[in-house]
Amino acid sequence: MIIEFRLNHEKRTIDIDPSARMLDVLRDDFGLTSVKEGCGEGECGACVILVDGRAMNSCILPAGAVCGKSVVTLEGFKHTKRYRAIENGFLKAGSVQCGFCTPGFVMATESLLNENPHPTDEEIKDGLSGNLCRCTGYNMIIQGVRLAIKEGEGLW
Amino acid sequence: MVNGFRPRTLREALQILSANNCTVMAGGTDLMVQRARGFSIRPDFDRPLVFIEPLEELKHSVRENGTLHLGPCMTLSDLLRHPAVPDPLKEIIGMMASPPTRNMATLGGNICNASPAGDTLPWLYAMNAKLKLQSAEKERIVAIEDFITGPKKTILQSDELLTGILVPDTRFHLNRYRKLGQRKGMSLTKASFLGMAEISGNTVTDIRIALGSVAPRIVRAAEIERSMLGRYVGDINAAAAVITERYQPLITPIDDARSTAMYRKKVSLDLIRQFLETLSGSPGTGTKSE
Repeated sequence: MIIEFRLNHEKRTIDIDPSARMLDVLRDDFGLTSVKEGCGEGECGACVILVDGRAMNSCILPAGAVCGKSVVTLEGFKHTKRYRAIENGFLKAGSVQCGFCTPGFVMATESLLNENPHPTDEEIKDGLSGNLCRCTGYNMIIQGVRLAIKEGEGLW
Repeated sequence: MVNGFRPRTLREALQILSANNCTVMAGGTDLMVQRARGFSIRPDFDRPLVFIEPLEELKHSVRENGTLHLGPCMTLSDLLRHPAVPDPLKEIIGMMASPPTRNMATLGGNICNASPAGDTLPWLYAMNAKLKLQSAEKERIVAIEDFITGPKKTILQSDELLTGILVPDTRFHLNRYRKLGQRKGMSLTKASFLGMAEISGNTVTDIRIALGSVAPRIVRAAEIERSMLGRYVGDINAAAAVITERYQPLITPIDDARSTAMYRKKVSLDLIRQFLETLSGSPGTGTKSE
C-alpha cells in the first residue's frame, strides 16, 4: 500500500504493508531510533510519537493509519524552543537516569502541554500515566515538567 | 504482505466490504496487540485491512429528540472533549488506558472487540443503547445486549459496519461507577460496577445495575431491576442482602492473570449491596423540606 504522510515536517511516500507497526517503520525504514520498544502493547509509552500533534503509541499504530497525517518523533521535535524548555527542565530536575523511557516522556509532555499549557500536578500525572519509568520514581519527571512549564512560559 | 484500503466515504467503505473479505481497522489498539508477533515482524493479518478511523460520517456526536448519537469512530479523547457526551461516560473513559492510547482507541472499537472487560460496555448496557449496523444493501438496528453474543463474539457480518451508537438521553441523579484494577493508572479491569438510579419521594422510579469483567458478557438483570421499581428506598435498604443474592447466579467470573474468580464475585456482590444500601441517602430522598 502506498502511504503518503509527513514525517518530521517532510513529505514522505512509502510502499509498505499497511499492518506494519509504525514503531518498526520509523526505526527500520527511517532510522529514527529515539522511538523505543518496551512492552510492544501500548502500555509503557517508550514508543510515543506525535500524530497530528497528539501522543500515540507507535507500537500499536498500523502504518496505514498515518496516511495524510503529520508524524513527529523526537528527532523532528528536538530543534524547537519547546523541546529546549523540556530538555532543560528534565536536566535540572534529574528526570533522566538510564534514558530509555525519556523520548516517550518528552513526546507525552509535549502532547500534554499542547492541550493544557498549565496543568495541575494531577493533570501532569494523568498526562504521563501512559509512560513507565523504572529508574526515577516519577517525582523528578513531574518536577522536570514543572520546570519546563516555567521556562517555556508562553511557548504552549 | 496484506493489502489496505483507505475509503474516503462511508459508502465507499461499505462497497469495499461487500466486494472483499476484509479486516476492519479502527484505532487498532486491541487488534494490533492481539495480532502482534514481535519486534520488526509484521502483525499476523491474513485479510486486507480497511482503515475506517478517518471517516468523517462516523465521527460526530449529537443530541437529537431525546437520543444521543455517538460516532463509532470518535476516539476516547474526542469523547472526553465533546460537550454532548454525558459526564458518567466521561468518568468511565477518563479511567481507561492512558492519553496516548485514548488518542487512538475508538468507542466503536471497544464495542466490536466485545471483551467482557470493555469499560464502556456497562454504561451502554445500562443506558439501553442500540447499534446501527450497515451494509451496502441494508441496515439494521439492534440492542447492544443482542449484538454481543460472547467474549469477542458479535453478530456483525463481514460486509457490515457499526455506523451508529444510539443512546436514550436519560439522566440519573444517582450515578456510581467503580473500576477495580491492579493500580490506579493504565490498568485493565478486574471487575467494574455501574449503578444508576432515579428516586422521587423516597420511591425508586428507575434503577439500572451493570457489571463488567465478571461473566462472559456484561451482567444486567432487567427482572431484578423491575422488582425494585415503585418501592421505598428504606425497603430496598432493608432487603439489600436478599436482592443482592439474586445476582449470585449471574456473576460467573474466571481466574486469569488479572484476578481470581472468587475475588471478582465477592467484590461484585459487595458493590451491588452497598449501592442498594446507600440509595436512602441519595437525592430525591429525605424530608420534604430539602
